[in-house]
Amino acid sequence: MTTIVIVGAGPAGVRAAECLVAAGCRPIILDENDRSGGQIYRRQPPGFVRSAQTLYGTEAAKAEALHRSFDTLAGKVDYRPGTIAWGLHAGVIHTVKAGRVDRIAFDRLILATGATDRIMPVAGWTRPGVFSMGGAQIALKFQGCVPGRRPALVGTGPLLYLLANQYLKAGVTPAGVFDTTPFRRQLRLVGGLAWDPRTLLIGLRYRLELVRWGVPVRCGIDPLAIEGDPAVTGFVYAKSGKRHVIACDGVALGHGLRSETQLAELAGVSFAFDRRTRQWLPQRDEEGRTPLGTVYLAGDGAGIGGADVAEIEGKLAAWALLHDLNAAVDDGERTRALRQLRRAARFRAALDAGFPWPHDIAARLDDGVVVCRCETLTAGELRRVAAEGAPDLGRAKALSRIGMGRCQGRYCGSACAEILSAALGCDIADVGRLRPQAPTKPLHVDDVEASL
Amino acid sequence: MPLSFRVDGREVLALEGDTVLTAVLLAGIRLRESEFGDGPRSGFCLMRACQDCWMWTDHNDRIQACATFVNQGMVLSTRNPELT
Repeated sequence: MTTIVIVGAGPAGVRAAECLVAAGCRPIILDENDRSGGQIYRRQPPGFVRSAQTLYGTEAAKAEALHRSFDTLAGKVDYRPGTIAWGLHAGVIHTVKAGRVDRIAFDRLILATGATDRIMPVAGWTRPGVFSMGGAQIALKFQGCVPGRRPALVGTGPLLYLLANQYLKAGVTPAGVFDTTPFRRQLRLVGGLAWDPRTLLIGLRYRLELVRWGVPVRCGIDPLAIEGDPAVTGFVYAKSGKRHVIACDGVALGHGLRSETQLAELAGVSFAFDRRTRQWLPQRDEEGRTPLGTVYLAGDGAGIGGADVAEIEGKLAAWALLHDLNAAVDDGERTRALRQLRRAARFRAALDAGFPWPHDIAARLDDGVVVCRCETLTAGELRRVAAEGAPDLGRAKALSRIGMGRCQGRYCGSACAEILSAALGCDIADVGRLRPQAPTKPLHVDDVEASL
Repeated sequence: MPLSFRVDGREVLALEGDTVLTAVLLAGIRLRESEFGDGPRSGFCLMRACQDCWMWTDHNDRIQACATFVNQGMVLSTRNPELT
């Protein structure tokens, strides 16, 4: 019997599982969350009664369909909720659940590991009351909470406008939306109109709602500081050379998303630098195959595409896997999915062009700004090791401990690369990337010992 | 259903379905102190990635406050008991 493991139970993982079950397989599904849905379609705790429409808005039907699909797989899959996959070596994946470690030898693996927020640090971002954009959305979806009565939304990307609207619907008027992307640059979004008019119109409606409610929207800003002692009292930014302070009691901070690629890297998948998003991404063919032959990639973990793309990629990866095991795959469905994927890629190109990662901010960060929130390392510290001769992120890590803290570089990695490349005056691709090591998430030594 | 639990010896009230992070932040602005001396923290990512919401149970088990539901009577510490 072939052991197939799927890591992740968001849109990609669920659709992959569904296709495998339809072909008679019984995959093992590892999910960090307690319930399926991933982050975007995260389900509320048992006993909470808000409707799908309340939780997921325009995407309610998709969320419900995904949850329903997964629920019908009960008994046909080996679902392991609350399980963290922390290591991968020689065809074995290592997991921990509630302090118990385990290992699974797999024949085939689908990585649907998702993404986290991409963060450009700003002075004061470690203060209590500052949350990642995704975290601030989870607070609402999962707990019915908002960070503050008048939170500021800072960063860039579609999530700012979605979250501001979700907060309005929940009865919270944000202090403002502060977007690092200039408005004229956002006009490049229009390039996506032909490929996904629905999404673009939803985005436009979100903007108009903010105007209607009188929520300030400031584009092309330079974030300067989140103030407070210790609780957040204000957000300081510059626009057109002028300094502004806005009162707020919480901040949601995020500049798009970054892929969770650690397991792909530990598996030995090769990576390439993607100039458009300025991220290193694992290499795969259009259907998610990697050259390793046993490992497949799907969803945001392999490159940010969003939830709809993740569903398509999950199916394609499962079909590719089945095809490689000589199982029959419906070629019509496969061709249709590939066509949808190509269309979505055109839209994503416009979205990336309209909401770019604000990499140029990195060079302007004050030396005192904390970059690594795990161990409070600053931009100045990183520049110091650059001046001492660290030619890339690997060496900078050894000299400064950047990326060696608990989050393993998830929240500092993108900014570190930019700060280092600016300090060295070299191309961003030349500073390389923070290489992940097992355990990719912190593990208690006692737990490992107890299981040996 | 109303619940109560303890953090660093202080009673915190919660509702069933609250995470530890939610309950503590509804009762005050700080969740825990940074071990690196730069002041209070409130967690950050809420998705088990940033590791900035660690707490410890009275059995010395480490938990993530964003991913742990409150249980009636649970006893938590914001400091690593092995370091104190």
